[in-house]
Amino acid sequence: MHFPILSVIVFTPITASLLIFLYKPEQKKAVRITALAAAAFALTLSTIVYALYRRDVGGYQFLEEYRWMPFLGISLKFGVDGMSAPLVLLTGVVMLTGVMISWGVDDRPREFFGFLFILASGVFGVFASLDLFMLFFFYEIAVFPMYLLISIWGWIKTREYAAMKLTLYLFIGSVIALVGALAMYWQSGMHTFDMLQLEHANFSPGFQRLWFPFVFLGFAVLGGLFPFHNWSPDGHVAAPTAVSMFHAGVLMKLGAFAALRVGIMLLPEGARDWHWWVMGLALVNIVYGAFIASVQTDFKYVIGFSSVSHMGLVMMGFATLTREGLLGAGVQMFSHGIMTALFFAAVGMVYDRAHTRDIPKLGGMVKPLPVVAVGMIIGSLVSMGMPGFSGFVAEFPIFLGIWKTQWLVAVIAAISIVVTASYVLLVVRRVFFGTMPAELEGHIRPTGRLDTIALVLLCALMVGLGLVPSLMVPWVQTGVQHVLTLLGGAG
Amino acid sequence: MNTILPILPEVVLLVLGVAILSLDPFLKEEHRRPVLGWTTAAGLLLTFVASLLFARPGEPVLVYGGMLRFDWLGFAFQLFFLIAAAISALFFMDVDHLNRRAETYLLLLAATLGMCLMASAADLIMVYLAIEMTSIPLFLLAGFLKDDEKSTESGFKYMLFGALTSTVMLYGFSLVYGFTGTTSLYELNLHFSSFDLLTIGVVFLVLAGLAFKVSLFPFHFWAPDVYEGAPTPVAGFLSTASKAAGFAVILRLFLAAFSLQEISANLGLILAVLATLTMTVGNLIALTQKNIKRLLAYSSIAHAGYAMIGVVTFSQLGAASTVFYLLAYILTNLAAFGIVAAAGKVTGSDDLDSYRGLSRRNSTLALAMLVAFLSLAGMPPFGGFVAKVFVFAAAVENGYVWLAVVGVLNSIVGLYYYLTVLKYVYLYRMPGEDEDKHPLPVTRPYILGLVLLVVGIIVVGVIFAPWFSLADGAALALF
Amino acid sequence: MDFMTHHLLSLILFLPVLAALVVFCLPSENLKAIRWTAFAISLVPLALSIILWMQFKSAQPGFQFTEQYDWYPAIHSSFHLGVDGLSLTMVLLTTLLTPLALLASFNISDRLKAYMLLFLFLETGMLGVFMALDLLIFFVFWEIGLVPMYFLINQWGSEKGERELWKGVKVQARNYASLKFILYTMGGSLGLLLAIQMLGMLFRTFDLQTLYLKWAALPAGFPMFHFFSAVLTAATVKTIAFWAFVVAFAIKVPVWPFHTWLPDAHTEAPTAGSMILAGVLLKLGAYGFLRLVLPFYPVESQHFAGALAFLAVMSIIFGAFASYGQKDFKRLVAYSSVNHMGFVLLGIAAAARVGISTTDAALNLSKNIALNGAVLQMFNHGLSAAGMFFLVGVIYERTHTRNLDDYGGLFPLVPIYGGILIFTSMASLGLPGLNGFISEFLVVRGAWPVLTVYTAIAMLGLLFTGAYILKGIKQVLHGPLNEKWAHGEHKLTEISQREIAVMAPLMALILVIGVYPAWILDVINKAMIMLFH
Repeated sequence: MHFPILSVIVFTPITASLLIFLYKPEQKKAVRITALAAAAFALTLSTIVYALYRRDVGGYQFLEEYRWMPFLGISLKFGVDGMSAPLVLLTGVVMLTGVMISWGVDDRPREFFGFLFILASGVFGVFASLDLFMLFFFYEIAVFPMYLLISIWGWIKTREYAAMKLTLYLFIGSVIALVGALAMYWQSGMHTFDMLQLEHANFSPGFQRLWFPFVFLGFAVLGGLFPFHNWSPDGHVAAPTAVSMFHAGVLMKLGAFAALRVGIMLLPEGARDWHWWVMGLALVNIVYGAFIASVQTDFKYVIGFSSVSHMGLVMMGFATLTREGLLGAGVQMFSHGIMTALFFAAVGMVYDRAHTRDIPKLGGMVKPLPVVAVGMIIGSLVSMGMPGFSGFVAEFPIFLGIWKTQWLVAVIAAISIVVTASYVLLVVRRVFFGTMPAELEGHIRPTGRLDTIALVLLCALMVGLGLVPSLMVPWVQTGVQHVLTLLGGAG
Repeated sequence: MNTILPILPEVVLLVLGVAILSLDPFLKEEHRRPVLGWTTAAGLLLTFVASLLFARPGEPVLVYGGMLRFDWLGFAFQLFFLIAAAISALFFMDVDHLNRRAETYLLLLAATLGMCLMASAADLIMVYLAIEMTSIPLFLLAGFLKDDEKSTESGFKYMLFGALTSTVMLYGFSLVYGFTGTTSLYELNLHFSSFDLLTIGVVFLVLAGLAFKVSLFPFHFWAPDVYEGAPTPVAGFLSTASKAAGFAVILRLFLAAFSLQEISANLGLILAVLATLTMTVGNLIALTQKNIKRLLAYSSIAHAGYAMIGVVTFSQLGAASTVFYLLAYILTNLAAFGIVAAAGKVTGSDDLDSYRGLSRRNSTLALAMLVAFLSLAGMPPFGGFVAKVFVFAAAVENGYVWLAVVGVLNSIVGLYYYLTVLKYVYLYRMPGEDEDKHPLPVTRPYILGLVLLVVGIIVVGVIFAPWFSLADGAALALF
Repeated sequence: MDFMTHHLLSLILFLPVLAALVVFCLPSENLKAIRWTAFAISLVPLALSIILWMQFKSAQPGFQFTEQYDWYPAIHSSFHLGVDGLSLTMVLLTTLLTPLALLASFNISDRLKAYMLLFLFLETGMLGVFMALDLLIFFVFWEIGLVPMYFLINQWGSEKGERELWKGVKVQARNYASLKFILYTMGGSLGLLLAIQMLGMLFRTFDLQTLYLKWAALPAGFPMFHFFSAVLTAATVKTIAFWAFVVAFAIKVPVWPFHTWLPDAHTEAPTAGSMILAGVLLKLGAYGFLRLVLPFYPVESQHFAGALAFLAVMSIIFGAFASYGQKDFKRLVAYSSVNHMGFVLLGIAAAARVGISTTDAALNLSKNIALNGAVLQMFNHGLSAAGMFFLVGVIYERTHTRNLDDYGGLFPLVPIYGGILIFTSMASLGLPGLNGFISEFLVVRGAWPVLTVYTAIAMLGLLFTGAYILKGIKQVLHGPLNEKWAHGEHKLTEISQREIAVMAPLMALILVIGVYPAWILDVINKAMIMLFH
């Protein structure tokens, strides 16, 4: 009996969500425990999928197909390949750590976890989906809970504005991509939304050149590609901690991944035609994001813009259309996801206690929050691309890919490394070391057990991947191989 | 038996109406509300089941001298109307002055009967009769609360506008008869062979009445005032079933009579422009509304525009997508109005401000509102999403990519104000922040109705294959 | 035993990390346990490297004790370790200085556990650079070494002192110094990183020995990249890459004018930090020159040897003059590092000037001598600089000032300390009979026939080396006694046993190398001969 593990992973969160909504609003503890159990379960299954994926065979595995609407060729089809398996794992990790960090949410936790899990199901669904219609279905499911989560539990000053901006931006992006996808559906003549079949659709070069921007850019909005990144910093900052973790850690990867899956893999000729443009935009992301981050005075905005910069590296890796670039981008999605989840968790913990994120008003946090400080240090090192950590394992191949394509871009992009190092070290030093301002003395309670576990887990992943790249690289390599085949030979 | 089957629903409705009317004098005052309400609802449900079991059509066939066509299109729509009416009957049960009068339910049944006839009408005269038969009870229902200024104004306005447009439509019909010598829909396409001045003229005249019914630009002006003034469940019924009935006629009339390629291409363009204007006007004005009923009214106008996109393509997929859209829309909009009715009954106001902190006053009702409004916005996993995708798909398939883009852009505008409403519900708080002292109870008929609708919205949004094949079967009957 | 011989390098490399894990598990309050555990375990790599030294066959060409494991096959990088005479010397230096530095840190009590952990990680980082035979691994360990030092300076550096930035913003001196250190070095390594990426992309391997051959085999006119409409040939690219490498390593050595991070970093770092910084970290830069710059760019090195020599001479002279002018004892010693490392670069420049393929036996001999001198100077300076910084630390701990004017005539108060200080200073000065003389003589002898003018000017620098060292000693030990330290609460205590224990091995080696350098020169010599043929 073939156990439908991917369906279970995808639908566990939303089932848990339904269960949670059945609880009475006062049953807060029951809500939290259900959430934690569901997250742990999903993570366990994701790890199993990751571990059991056969790298030697490659391709799409754990396939499941349920005919949903044969008339239009829509089926509920799941499967993972080397690129998506790490992302499924990432989602599981971020989901679990997000729940742990959100244990203290006291304002309507029922609705909070309910909406968060709808989001989680949407995310899992996109990563696992091999049917274009269903991919959109899950993609949209991942958008609207963000609005509610940010506007209700977010930072009072900007939450309404940021939530609306984020939702509208993402919605626009996704529907633009949807139009492109519908065009692909009709043009292929295959009357199916099955992506495996659409990979062989052989669209005409003219068609691909026309529709690639729609599809790629539509999804790249969620990936934070310049100039469509504007929703991201505000969205990050306004969101409550777990939502920021999801947002930067997973959601932005959703956009990049869908851009790869639907844009590059289904319209490879179009990708070849446009990839210089994407490289240019990604370069702006990388450099501009780093510079803007360095002038921020709000701790969370620093991280928000740094995410824009790092996602630029992912997009750049994709745009090089080379083996190394794609490999690096695949690893960077995971590495950055973990790193940024950790950053936002740390920021959230500091803010919860200090009630300010203004860097000049913070300091000396290392004494009451040593684990957070160490986590932030490790995160910073990953962010700088310091060897020995996952960031280097990801960034180095991306640069190799850039060198293969256009050496000048590599040189310019390298500037961001130093800029990143400077601001990230400064911020960590200012917030965590030095003297604590008098107003904060005695108000900083230590981290709880769950917080510590979450932080340790995230750190372990970043260090582990950095020291032993073979924990993830072989998986991504098989995925990259497939993409290269679609692009027409080794890049 | 064969002769009854095509009109089985109508007959049962008639019997039900008579039964209600007869039952009425014998009821004690305190029993009126439950008995009348539940009986009507149950009766409608029974009709639904009976139709489903016995009155399924086979090959399309003209019956009753060509007055009606017994096919899947009519059948599908009839099912929709019966559901809408049943749930509306439940919702009527809590409107004071409506709920204890048997006339209310009778009017409801009469309107439903008219709609069923509209859906299967195959002859111009029948179309007109059915439209009138639907509209007049609805005029009365809208203006039923004779002590409420707004209600009477609404009913009056509705009647005037309706009368005017249906007269124009009738004139159009008479011109058709004059030029073609026939009133049967299925013979008209032989006579309309070119897109000349005559055809255009006829189309516009006919469109007047039909556009009124579905609140298409530029005949949409009545909708906000009427919806705002009428009792809320009535507005709900109006905005859903009545609109769907109008679409049934549009589908049948246009796809049957103007099926010729040359005409349909140009006609499609005109309708596309009207759809664009409808969507845009509806969405843009909705942005400014502070009264939720008016907001929903403009939103309904916009949705008529979306549904129209499917008609524009003059294709099977287009027709199917429109039918599917209407199903999803009926469930969604009815739920929205139902929630407004339930909330309005307790708060006594239809302003957006009165929805502050609703999620803390009754979190389940808030969740229902979430489902309904997100479905209106076109978000998965709700019916509205799938419906929109299909309509856009039909547009893209038939070369109306620009229309799909317009629809998409409009959806974004729509998303904005639907989310704004949800902001009031979930984010904002009551002035004193004492929501737990102001709970918002919901009565049993409403709970039942809303549960059914919410489940329906989710089911249609997730397991959409069977519903789409129903819609497709309906569309097939048109070609 | 077999396992040990086959994995000797990995053991040496990762034992510090293991030590760190052990220390991590100790309770934070038990300072004594932490100190002694860290120190004791750090002696093991030292023992192992002595064994390594014994078993090393100096006459055998190529790298020995090599180990290679898969690390990142997707980008053709493997975990490849190996030592030859050059790296063996450096490994020995590192494993010797680390326990001494830990021993020197016994007076630290603030967050001792974190301190020890950082030191141990630092040791692994440094060892990794010396042992790496894969260019990417080299870079990985190069960068890894930066972070612990950053924190060591930042958190345990001297608490006094402020620096003013622009707009009147004041920051703590140690913050300024540590950030400058890490950003400067990282900025410098940016060029190195880009060049490494380019090499990896071109040749699809990072294996050093393979790269030596392939890179050299690239013909000069080979078109490599397009810069808008111009075509960059291999010659141009190699020149750019050469300077990228040079800048990165020159910052580390440090070579004038890239040295400005050093005085601040050395001065603000805690004593043990300065010991390691001057003792080993600076050698990483010089090692980079020898291991990477000369073999990769023989043509360019030869071409630009004059420029390198110029920089070396400037370092020597400038370092000496700057040292002479210092009032802060530690800063004086810091600048002396610039001065001494200048000689290393001078020797390298001379060797570069001669080039690889020369038939002139005399020039070849000079080249070898220069290289020998350079490498020995690396080792020697490691010993003496570590010693000097430690001694500064000893006096600072007692007097809480580093200002030379505050001292005066301390010799009678602390005769043993005075004796040790004089001994170590003499080594730094280059007194015959001590190690410094040997290496400096070799460099001068080797460079003279090749770069006569530069060497002559360098001798001037040598003169001033004597000047500043003697000045330093004079101000501390000689002259009228500063009464402040003679009585009362500031009464100076003599150097303790622990502190003597730190200095003893250094002094012993200084003397031994000064009198009988053959044991180490032999290894170095054979390695240099084999490397640069």
